[in-house]
Amino acid sequence: MQRYSGFGLVKHALSHHENWERQWRNPTPKKQYDVIIIGGGGHGLATAYYLAKEHGVKNVAVLEKGWLGGGNTARNTTIVRSNYLWDESAALYEHSMKLWEGLSRDINYNVMFSQRGVLNLGHTLQDMRDIQRRVNANRLNGIDGEVLDTRGVQEIVPILDCSTRARYPVLGASWQPRAGVARHDAVAWGYARAADAQGVDLLQNTEVTGFKIRDGQVYGVHTNRGDIEARTIGCVTAGNSGVLAKMAGFRLPLESHPLQALVSEPLKPVLDTVVMSNQVHGYISQSDKGDLVIGAGIDGYNGYGQRGSYPTVEHTLQAIVEMFPIFSRVRMNRQWGGIVDTCPDACPILSKTPVKGLFFNCGWGTGGFKATPGSGHVFAASLAKGEMHPIAAPFSIDRFHSGALIDEHGAAGVAH
Amino acid sequence: MFLIYCPYCEELREEPEFHAKGQAHIARPQDPEACSDEEWGDYLFFRDNPRGIHHELWVHAIGCRKFFNITRNTVSYEILETYKMGEQPTITAESLSRDDKTADGVQVADGGQQTVGASDSAVNFVRGAKV
Repeated sequence: MQRYSGFGLVKHALSHHENWERQWRNPTPKKQYDVIIIGGGGHGLATAYYLAKEHGVKNVAVLEKGWLGGGNTARNTTIVRSNYLWDESAALYEHSMKLWEGLSRDINYNVMFSQRGVLNLGHTLQDMRDIQRRVNANRLNGIDGEVLDTRGVQEIVPILDCSTRARYPVLGASWQPRAGVARHDAVAWGYARAADAQGVDLLQNTEVTGFKIRDGQVYGVHTNRGDIEARTIGCVTAGNSGVLAKMAGFRLPLESHPLQALVSEPLKPVLDTVVMSNQVHGYISQSDKGDLVIGAGIDGYNGYGQRGSYPTVEHTLQAIVEMFPIFSRVRMNRQWGGIVDTCPDACPILSKTPVKGLFFNCGWGTGGFKATPGSGHVFAASLAKGEMHPIAAPFSIDRFHSGALIDEHGAAGVAH
Repeated sequence: MFLIYCPYCEELREEPEFHAKGQAHIARPQDPEACSDEEWGDYLFFRDNPRGIHHELWVHAIGCRKFFNITRNTVSYEILETYKMGEQPTITAESLSRDDKTADGVQVADGGQQTVGASDSAVNFVRGAKV
């Protein structure tokens, strides 16, 4: 792999940037691999990278039915934070946060991770009690956090309507300074390039159409490019996880919903942090390009269409304008949807399945992007050892039968 | 935006009047105390999540406030029929695949309206229960 550096940039400038090597190969599928990862999004590519780098499992294929990072990795609002309430999820997301902090150097790819802080606003007394509880829980888990009052919020975001005239006055917020945003496409491309350099085969336009299962043990997949064999298979397919589970003959406690996001026309820098509000139900940041990146809740119905309904767009923008009257005349540029697989307890599933050798990493719902490095890291360890990593273990599918749910609904400031 | 025919109001109304409430025809086990953890977990949490024909429960929240059912394609989002509580769908994945009308890439959900749990035992457990 040609390493990226400032010196390299200068060197390639001398040849008009015409001699950069391709970031990854486009190999033909082998008949057999040690491990197959289904799904070439951020989580799948990260899993493949850590498998090769940390566990020495280099005979790995990533099967992607479309192109790398073309699903939810390319469709999210790029927010990264780890201020979750419960110990299990705090451990998972903070593990991820620590990896984010060294990621660009680790994979030699600028993922533009910007720790500009995230505010979760409180608008009612109960919001503020929940925020205090969560920030205390975060601190006990070694995660940075502060409780701010209205004045503290106004100092960080001067353009936020913190007046008492607001319909839902801002009473305060939780503030995680280490949180922020990252360039989502670069995360997928960076992991892809780093995994490819380790010898991982990235197979695009390769769609899994079925599993080869004998005596309850998976030993391969059928694809549109022929059968490929492996006795360990990790399925990381987000919204389509239910479809793959059905191919393998079991069900998951998941429902797939459209989640929409939109960006405005580019503006001069006006918002240098991330603002989320559970109560008025929207979140916003400003990209380096200048456009406002906006998201809110899922469309309520099940859907695989990668688009949603206009009433949800309207609701989203009502929330943004409620918080930021200054944006009332900003025009929206683009709008899209991704398919998120939501779990009943709003926590992911990292688990073995009824089929031996087949592992699922799914159910991230509306908050998977921030977990990309951590998810890949612990899932790779689980695939390499055949046993779930201690951080992943509480997220077993068994919890929906044992009742040991990890109920992060609302408690984590998840705006859904 | 959906225009949804409420079978009680008997008119087409706009989507914001309605709320989707998930998979329809899930029968509550007749004797919950007798359920195993698997059966109860399946009833509470496990759902068909088909890419294709889906029977789902909706409520006309700011209309007549009644619950009813919709058969809808989760890929094209086309609403195929709406029907009242206690009724059964006339259009199912099976009926469409018999007529060979399923769109490309649409998965046929097996069991349709009567699958309740992930395990066979849970399905058998509620089989015969009136929905």
